[in-house]
Amino acid sequence: MKTDSVLEKVLNAGELAVTSECGPPRGSVPEKIRQKAEMLKGYIDAVNVTDNQTAMVRMSSFAAGVFLRQLGLHPILQMVTRDRNRLAMQADILGAYAHGINTMLCLSGDHPYFGDHPMAAPVHDLDSIQFVQLVKKMREEGRFQGGGEIENPPKMFIGAAANPFADPFELRVARLAKKVAAGADFIQTQCIYNVDKFEKWMEGVCQRGLHQKCYILAGVTPLKSVGMARYMKNKVPGMDVPQELVDRMAGVPKDKQAEEGIQICVETIERLKMVKGVAGFHIMAIEWEQKVPEIVERAGLYPRPKVE
Amino acid sequence: MITAERKPLEEIIDSIRPFQRILLVGCNECVTVCAAGGRKEVGILSSLLQMSFLKQGKNLQIREHTLERQCDPEYVEELTSLVDGVEAILSMACGCGVQELSRRFKNKPVFPAVNTTFMGASERQGVWAERCRGCGDCLLGITGGICPIARCSKQLMNGPCGGSTSGKCEISPEVDCAWQLIWDRLKLLGLENRYEEIIPAKDWRPGGAAGPRKIIREDLAE
Repeated sequence: MKTDSVLEKVLNAGELAVTSECGPPRGSVPEKIRQKAEMLKGYIDAVNVTDNQTAMVRMSSFAAGVFLRQLGLHPILQMVTRDRNRLAMQADILGAYAHGINTMLCLSGDHPYFGDHPMAAPVHDLDSIQFVQLVKKMREEGRFQGGGEIENPPKMFIGAAANPFADPFELRVARLAKKVAAGADFIQTQCIYNVDKFEKWMEGVCQRGLHQKCYILAGVTPLKSVGMARYMKNKVPGMDVPQELVDRMAGVPKDKQAEEGIQICVETIERLKMVKGVAGFHIMAIEWEQKVPEIVERAGLYPRPKVE
Repeated sequence: MITAERKPLEEIIDSIRPFQRILLVGCNECVTVCAAGGRKEVGILSSLLQMSFLKQGKNLQIREHTLERQCDPEYVEELTSLVDGVEAILSMACGCGVQELSRRFKNKPVFPAVNTTFMGASERQGVWAERCRGCGDCLLGITGGICPIARCSKQLMNGPCGGSTSGKCEISPEVDCAWQLIWDRLKLLGLENRYEEIIPAKDWRPGGAAGPRKIIREDLAE
């Protein structure tokens, strides 16, 4: 074991891990974090705390993560290179670790162009792969990137993202290989709707033995409505929603679409369980956290293993 | 070259409104090539300004001159006699030219008539695109001759993000994904293996992080 991360313990025990997501509030209201925490507690092993997701300002992932930790959950600190240079990143990693956060996800982040501050300067001092290298160096060498020694080095379980559906497809396994070489311990993928394509990607991943060098958590997001399905299909870059799924959502009455979305999500998880190399699931129920327990139960992933 | 675009006419008019006699200075280098501030654009802007002020009943006197290179003290000296008698200078050169005029003619206000934008190349007639950020430590030799710093919206040095779609960047279908271009070129050159070499975190000091940059060539400096 490299860290004290509960996520690492679950994965190391050979159990299918379950993570979910908690988007911090657009304001200074800790109560909203508490509400989401109560919905998720007990049904997941760890929870991602998003970092200004879609480039919209929210409470910092660090601060929200501390709240979640205090509430007894295990936050996965998401951090994007868009908003911080390497000094700020390392400073927050020290702070988070000092507060008992030992798992993180290293991302480059959505471009400010999409958010509520399109006029902001993106930082991108590092890219996501260089970021993973930095966190690994802090853990393994006990040194800052600048070379200085760290007192009580943060032992972070290091996550990174992968999108098997973005282009160029032929580069997507190689890109994962780079993240693994940089030091990623686990991967959370983009939401999977096109399972065929995901399987093809995983074949490439397994051929190179990458599934033995890092844990791959398959990402899923339940569709709330046919409108959401169409939006994800047509408007979200790097998202692959097959037409059959849109048609299936369109084929049920409006008041039954949410249920159909949950059903599709559960079926997807069941199918993904069969895919070689899948070590767990990352359930991103966007502003629909109350459905996570139901998905986890119906997908046969409840109760969660006790590893502490 | 350094590219520039003329500022909106209203903004230029506002900047010179208090003055009766101005010197309008173009540059024969980059801004001529990108059709922003050469001899021709100096003539056009001069006419536009005079017409606009005439409508308001004001007679603006403009001296026009286009220098060979406005960022070069040697050529800027040419303006010495022309500057006498004007109240302000309006420059159509890039920011380097504007600052050179400010340095040389300390007691005259100098206003920019263009917005200096980027270092780029001409893609086709009338279209220029960014190519270089002047990071001071060129990566082009390992990225297939395509710069990820200048041409990837996220400045990613190790491959395409999850938003690359059909060769285009997530921010716009008008923007090429730099990493698609890099990958295509590496394949063409038979250098696919190079992709998996991790480009380490960049030292931004040569790129300006260490303060304003200067090149001193001992063999040439006087």
